[in-house]
Amino acid sequence: MRDAFGLALQLVISGDADLLEIVQLSLRVSLTATAVACLIGLPIGALVAIGRFPGRNAVLVLMNALMGLPPVVVGLLVYLQLSRSGPLGFLGLLYTPTAMIIAQTILITPIVAALSRQVLEDLHTEYAEQFRSLCLTKLQTVQALLWDARYSLLTVGLAGFGRAVAEVGAVIIVGGNIDHLTRVMTTAIALETSKGDLALALALGIILLIIALGVNAAVQAVRMTASRQAYV
Amino acid sequence: MSDAVAAFSPDATPRARCAPILPLAVRDLVLRYGQTTMLERLSFDLGPAGCTMVMGPNGSGKSLLLKLLHGLMVPTSGRIDWSGHAPSDVTARHAFVFQKPVLLRRSVAANIDFVLKVRGKHRNRCDLLLNHVGLSHKADQPARLLSGGEAQRLALARALAVDPEVLFLDEPTASLDPASVVAIEAIVTDARSRGMRVIFVTHDMGQARRMADDVLFLNRGRIAEHSRAADFFPEPQSQAARDYLHGRIVV
Repeated sequence: MRDAFGLALQLVISGDADLLEIVQLSLRVSLTATAVACLIGLPIGALVAIGRFPGRNAVLVLMNALMGLPPVVVGLLVYLQLSRSGPLGFLGLLYTPTAMIIAQTILITPIVAALSRQVLEDLHTEYAEQFRSLCLTKLQTVQALLWDARYSLLTVGLAGFGRAVAEVGAVIIVGGNIDHLTRVMTTAIALETSKGDLALALALGIILLIIALGVNAAVQAVRMTASRQAYV
Repeated sequence: MSDAVAAFSPDATPRARCAPILPLAVRDLVLRYGQTTMLERLSFDLGPAGCTMVMGPNGSGKSLLLKLLHGLMVPTSGRIDWSGHAPSDVTARHAFVFQKPVLLRRSVAANIDFVLKVRGKHRNRCDLLLNHVGLSHKADQPARLLSGGEAQRLALARALAVDPEVLFLDEPTASLDPASVVAIEAIVTDARSRGMRVIFVTHDMGQARRMADDVLFLNRGRIAEHSRAADFFPEPQSQAARDYLHGRIVV
């Protein structure tokens, strides 16, 4: 364990180029997937939050169930679509960072949609009567809710990012863990573990944990500022 | 006061072309939740101008009546006739100030600006409205950090921003200090003097005496009495109103 910490420190201090590349790719893939998942998931969450339609409860159950999508299953499904014999094989995306972004987006969009639905529904309960009195359209209601819940939704985005950056099953299937192309933190850890280099694997794990802590701390700082201004 | 004129006047012209929504006629209005009757066969008329105070003990159905008139709720039966219009058709021509103001998680100015934007009003009126309710100096502060009185004045400014023909006020001064009550009453009196029809729920007897042109007194979901204020306060006709005015417990 001490070796692992020492190695992690050494890797960070030395500014190891390979490590930086892996970290950068991890952040690029997971942040992009989080952004896309928010673009898709937040409007879905908002519409379900304010909508009253037949089968709404079934949609809620489905959304919540999809939060637990197994990454390997998502990876496999995306693989089947993107493989050369698959319907989207002509795009040539398999074993590229784009394929990894697609897989992670599918994995975390339900998380963003389900959690934002809860946040927005609570806020809508507070605003609904005032909004009806102001004769807001559905679109105006959704826009207002998304804006007013923006700091709470940061936490939702963070939950999605956390899931994306930590998962290995989907990215290893559609990315292939190719050095200098699709190797990210988690796949590198899996590789080093299988090679028996446990110290390096643990060192990479520690760095991944520090990145996750850093992102969480940044979001928490933003939320605390907003909370002081009663915007949360 | 010239600021106030500018705050209210720009959108007056289009309204003049709309069919009037006053007087209001309510006939046999009933509201039931399951087996419980909340409002029982209410019938009354409200004229085109003035301030109607809706009074009565807690649970008598005052707030429900306001929400029905505003179109926020649908009655079980009966008719609400805004001079030929259904309530839901004219909700946009009303404004409603709730007892507990619902303020957006934004700055004071942004709360007004939001309403002006969604209702397609002149955005430059934000400053004028804030000045009118005495909140210009707090324009950039978070709305949810305002005191109770300030929050209610902001809610009033937001209501006035839509240039309503009818202003519903549901106990807007409940639990406010006297200075805040005076400030709110001044704004409402000014709005009424500009021709806005005011329908005001209050438990504050002094406030009712100061502001009412007529009083609609509800008790147990029924109209106990609807009289001119000049008649109601010295000589209430119903026993329930007499008990209420004399501070006796009405159950």
